[in-house]
Amino acid sequence: MLNVFINGKEFEAQENETILEVATRNGFHIPTLCHLDLHDMDYCNHPVSCRICMVEVDSGRGAELKPSCDTFVSAGMKIETDSMKAINARRTVMELILSNHPQDCLYCTRSTNCDLQTLANSMNIRDNHFEGKRSNLGKDATSKSIVKDLDKCILCRRCESICAEVQTVNVYSAIHRGFETVIAPAFNDSLQDTSCTFCGQCVSVCPTGALTEVSHVDRVWNKLNDPESIVIVQTAPAVRVALGEEFDGEPGTVSTGKMVSALKRMGFNYVFDTNWGADLTIMEEANEVVERLNGNGRLPILTSCCPGWIKFIEHQFPSLIDVPSTCKSPHEMQGAITKTYFANKLGIDPAKIYMVSVMPCVAKKFEAAREELSVDGLADVDAVITTRELGSMIKEAGINYLGLEDEDFDHPLGESTGAAAIFGATGGVLEAALRTAAGWLTNDSAPTLDYKDVRGLEGIKEATLKINDLELKVAAASGLGNTRTLLEKIESGENEYDVIEIMACPGGCIAGGGQPYNHGNREIIKARMESIYEIDVDKEIRESHKNPDIVKIYDEYLSKPGSEVAHKLLHTHYIKRDLIDKDC
Amino acid sequence: MACNCNETGDNKAIFAELDEFIAANNCTDESSLINVLHRAQHLFGYLPRNVQIHVAEKLNIPVAKVYGVVSFYSFFTDTPRGENIVQVCLGTGCFVKGADKVMESFEKELNIKAGETTENMEFTLSGVRCVGACALAPVVLINDKVFTHVDPSNVKQILEDYLIQKVV
Repeated sequence: MLNVFINGKEFEAQENETILEVATRNGFHIPTLCHLDLHDMDYCNHPVSCRICMVEVDSGRGAELKPSCDTFVSAGMKIETDSMKAINARRTVMELILSNHPQDCLYCTRSTNCDLQTLANSMNIRDNHFEGKRSNLGKDATSKSIVKDLDKCILCRRCESICAEVQTVNVYSAIHRGFETVIAPAFNDSLQDTSCTFCGQCVSVCPTGALTEVSHVDRVWNKLNDPESIVIVQTAPAVRVALGEEFDGEPGTVSTGKMVSALKRMGFNYVFDTNWGADLTIMEEANEVVERLNGNGRLPILTSCCPGWIKFIEHQFPSLIDVPSTCKSPHEMQGAITKTYFANKLGIDPAKIYMVSVMPCVAKKFEAAREELSVDGLADVDAVITTRELGSMIKEAGINYLGLEDEDFDHPLGESTGAAAIFGATGGVLEAALRTAAGWLTNDSAPTLDYKDVRGLEGIKEATLKINDLELKVAAASGLGNTRTLLEKIESGENEYDVIEIMACPGGCIAGGGQPYNHGNREIIKARMESIYEIDVDKEIRESHKNPDIVKIYDEYLSKPGSEVAHKLLHTHYIKRDLIDKDC
Repeated sequence: MACNCNETGDNKAIFAELDEFIAANNCTDESSLINVLHRAQHLFGYLPRNVQIHVAEKLNIPVAKVYGVVSFYSFFTDTPRGENIVQVCLGTGCFVKGADKVMESFEKELNIKAGETTENMEFTLSGVRCVGACALAPVVLINDKVFTHVDPSNVKQILEDYLIQKVV
């Protein structure tokens, strides 16, 4: 323990603490840009590259300027966080960053939600003394999910850190040197040609408009204004607990009814709920769990709802490609059923249906473009917009979101259970599958609804359950680094689990790459998670196999889980992919 | 030019030699990267994609990281280099003695820019910083041979003489 002085006041500090840590703990605000510390994700981006956090420090040798994120405190140290010298140093740094940053804020996706813009504004930057050279590096818009605008990159390397440390995918590195430095894949390959999973966590942490999603906004507006098209929308479980944030609502506010209402006003012909598709997924997946437990197929079985994780296993563990469930993800199932069962019911030509998914995810854009996710040549899903994109469209339409009256989803693909609601949080799909698998194995004699061991934001959660005489070991992992740990065990034969749920994003879909920016505030993720479980508890029916509309579709159309028609519409296969293209 | 970096034929032997070096020096992680890249460039003449991927696998580090290092250091190159390397000193001493004119002259004679290689793979032209022979400025190196007090108008002769002397 030692004492330091911050702006003239004395505070206690530990020897291994940085100035930034001590100052922040005691209520002083020092601006940061590259620095990002997300404790619960084991993520700390600490390149000390931006130098925005400069403060004036006197350790007994006279005052000098130091980056507070990388300077450790010492006994008697005198720190000035807002002396004129510190403020001017920070302004100079900011002006230098801005001297090589495009000045097109008016047109930028991140405008009004950009860390760099917010910081420049709060630092009173009204002019720039540096007329420096501008880089002209262009964009990488080759992928279906993520656009990289290299000129907007400030080299904070948050994307590189999260991709390497948390996700262990290692797509990015700083390449070249000096003014030519860019954060890019090996050999400066296009993102499309790498092992990128498109999880979008890099987009989530990017402080500027350098990394954004591929926009589907225009194509959706165009279809909404095309009288020939029947435009149908579906919304994922995690969207309803986050969309309100786009309109300055409290984090975690559940705004399902307003979201449906807004979508109807925007002109969608039908507003369906991906939660219905989630219930359907559980029917197929729980059936597969029971089948594999009965010795038909390989154990463990891994969930397949998350397209980021699926691309991860295709590149990183091709030998394990038969362990994920063959179930399509919920929105793909919903799309397939909409273009067959529902089109049939209404007597519509399925080719006229334009299926739009609202997702908390950018990997879903890549997933929707997979050729194998189609039925009779028609893609299951035609466009995917993120929670953020939907927010922007609602604003564009001039809808007063928070003032909307609640409305209900359309039927028959709009009714869902509590089991579907929890798909949005890590552990939720596993819990939902267990509710139904246990229900089936015990003939619904003693329904267990709460599997609390698999809830929460920890990276790997595990539980042992007893269903009849069967002892089942289950686990849920979120974040691809945690996923790698489990997959390595499966590969080496050390695995002890029967059923494993995997989500690429740490925390699950509530923290997806397409969700409203949280600017590093993980409390927001917790609030979304709590709301997800509230929706579950508030539902009268909390087991997927008891959803009356699900029971009905099996009676009328699919016969039973795993049937031939179910396989044609609701299941898929995976593709072994190289880690990197070795050819020159 | 067709890619010749596959792990087949002659290259198979070079890859084996590289692996031997890696094993002999107990190179198992990131800390050996630059050492291994030096050897690889010495063996292959340059660091093609396949070699970088091979090094990444051997040292168990991401390819992006290997490429980051290769692209950072000007000593490393991922494009094939010519049989003869022409290095024009652009250090301060040589520069004030007209090294830029010497470089221009080489560029004109070889019909390539600094950093490039002639189509027949005979010469690679590059600029280097001080070679430590300022009193003899401007200085040019062709492989291990040093040329001093180089006059831009002599460049053609230097190249021709060098090739003849090499054959002899």
